[in-house]
Amino acid sequence: MPTVEFGGKSFTVDEDGFIDDYTNWSEEWVQYVKKEEGIDELNEEHKKVVSVLREYYEKNGIAPMVRVLSKVTGFKLKHIYELFPSGPGKGACKMAGLPKPTGCV
Amino acid sequence: MAKHATPLLDQLESGPWPSFVSDLKQEAASRAKNPNNVEFQVNQDCVEDILGVLELSYKHGRTHWKHGGIVGVFGYGGGVIGRYCDQPEMFPGVAHFHTMRINQPGGKYYTTEFLKKLCDLWEFRGSGVTNMHGSTGDIIFIGTSTPQLEEIFYELTHNFNQDLGGSGSNLRTPSDCVGSSRCEYACYDTQAICYALTQEYQDELHRPAFPYKFKFKFDGCPNCCVASIARSDLSFVGTWKDDIKIDQEAVAGYVGGEFAPNAGAHSGRDWGKFDIQKEVVGLCPTGCMKYEDGKLAINNKECTRCMHCINVMPRALHIGDDRGLSMLAGAKAPILDGAQMGSLLVPFIKAEEPYDEIKEIIEAVWDWWMEEGKNRERLGELIKRQGFQKLLEATNIKPVPQHVQEPRHNPYIFWKEEEVEGGWQRDINEFRKYHQR
Ligand code: HEM
Ligand code: HEM
Ligand code: SF4
Ligand code: SF4
Repeated sequence: MPTVEFGGKSFTVDEDGFIDDYTNWSEEWVQYVKKEEGIDELNEEHKKVVSVLREYYEKNGIAPMVRVLSKVTGFKLKHIYELFPSGPGKGACKMAGLPKPTGCV
Repeated sequence: MAKHATPLLDQLESGPWPSFVSDLKQEAASRAKNPNNVEFQVNQDCVEDILGVLELSYKHGRTHWKHGGIVGVFGYGGGVIGRYCDQPEMFPGVAHFHTMRINQPGGKYYTTEFLKKLCDLWEFRGSGVTNMHGSTGDIIFIGTSTPQLEEIFYELTHNFNQDLGGSGSNLRTPSDCVGSSRCEYACYDTQAICYALTQEYQDELHRPAFPYKFKFKFDGCPNCCVASIARSDLSFVGTWKDDIKIDQEAVAGYVGGEFAPNAGAHSGRDWGKFDIQKEVVGLCPTGCMKYEDGKLAINNKECTRCMHCINVMPRALHIGDDRGLSMLAGAKAPILDGAQMGSLLVPFIKAEEPYDEIKEIIEAVWDWWMEEGKNRERLGELIKRQGFQKLLEATNIKPVPQHVQEPRHNPYIFWKEEEVEGGWQRDINEFRKYHQR
């Protein structure tokens, strides 16, 4: 698996740029994904989505359904795309350090 | 000289059917030669490597693609199926090999001008290999690299006025039969509604917001040429409400042998002289037809509009004039809880622009399923889990006998509390007054 260097840290990622291990997540990782995912400025709302995803994942061992993410954050899907242009899966879950979405994508 | 030896695949070049191996080799040779001096944006011998990796899979009897892949274009949550080879050193041309879904036009009618432009783009920025078309309907571009995705998307949208198709937990690309463009059985304009609803629900198509995937398909009549009843969560099947139109002269033409039955579909074999009694009247599933004194009669009240008689005598029998469609819900493949075909939800509804009544039902189904559906639960499975009754309530449709093939045979019947006199709040002491322990 390739590694990326960012902010003095090194991360092991897969071809799609997802982190290999949830526990290796750090503030530097967030900054790295921000650059990759076409996000200009990180604001409180980005952070809220990331922390909701991480809390949910820690508690349930899976990523929340889109509807649940919207409900908990209070952000409509449209707004989540404004925050994360590649969407909740490729954008937000990647930034939160969650495993890559699977299934019939 | 080919890059990889392909002894197993070479065997598939013989025989009469168009060989995909020969076609791939032709594209590989054309890329090697590059007569138009294309500045290939992905590996020039990627098609050689497709053949190579496929040959290896033939040898091993196993796939050589890694699991999954999450790539796409900004703004959308689907449309691209990421894929990476598990032997990238051996086959660098297919190390990245993403598939792009391109939303096809209604009925898949094209001009060569459009197709040539697509091909030029795909040769330049992709492998040059396609699938015309994916089972859901999309034009499929097979094989490109991550950096090319945004480039191709820009080109498609800015110069072709063309969007991506759907993938993921969303509304997938709707598709249709050719409908009234060239079929006299079409009970509504399948292409018009397919187009209108595709446009209406672009947001649902590009940004996964559903518990799982959801498909629309539009068939102009019960012959179901796009197989909506088996391959779409909401299936739209054309039908009519009034009488089948009978042209007695043309009936005589069939009986006299002037017209071939089924428009000559069985002319490859001698089935004897056309026998209207045996081949039509006697095969009608409801037995509602009569042929007496050279006249054909149909008791339309008992006709289920199965299409059989019309299919056999298309010059003599025609669909009625009071046309619309039926909506069926819940078709899906076996995973998880077994295969399903669509179940009749709306027996008859008009299919007239702007399709407000139909949209109302679609959106009611979505509201219910988006709220109640479990993660990766298809509509058909939600109907099984919560009951058809719940679907009827959600869509505000009154239960009618047409909703069932047969009534239930078990007596495990739920009642709503308000339907039962006295409700559910009962006091055991009250009961004991009349029944000792
Ligand atoms: C904890 C104890 C018991 C449990 C959990 C239990 C559970 C069940 C269940 C689930 C059924 C099927 C009901 C249905 O399909 O509607 C059943 C049927 C039946 N049980 Fe029990 N049962 C228990 C004790 C007993 C005892 C002690 C007897 C007899 C002395 C008994 C006699 C029967 C009979 C005869 C049937 C068949 C009824 C029929 O099919 O019409 N059960 N039981
Ligand atoms: C220990 C004694 C008995 C046991 C364990 C027993 C158990 C059962 C069970 C489990 C059922 C099925 C209920 C259901 O499927 O919903 C049943 C039905 C029935 N039992 Fe009993 N029973 C007993 C005694 C009796 C006696 C003494 C009578 C008559 C005097 C009787 C008459 C019936 C009748 C008529 C049904 C059918 C009810 C129906 O079809 O809805 N049972 N019994
Ligand atoms: S489904 Fe019916 S209307 Fe559509 S093409 Fe087939 S026969 Fe014609
Ligand atoms: S459409 Fe089918 S059911 Fe109706 S009259 Fe013809 S054969 Fe009979």
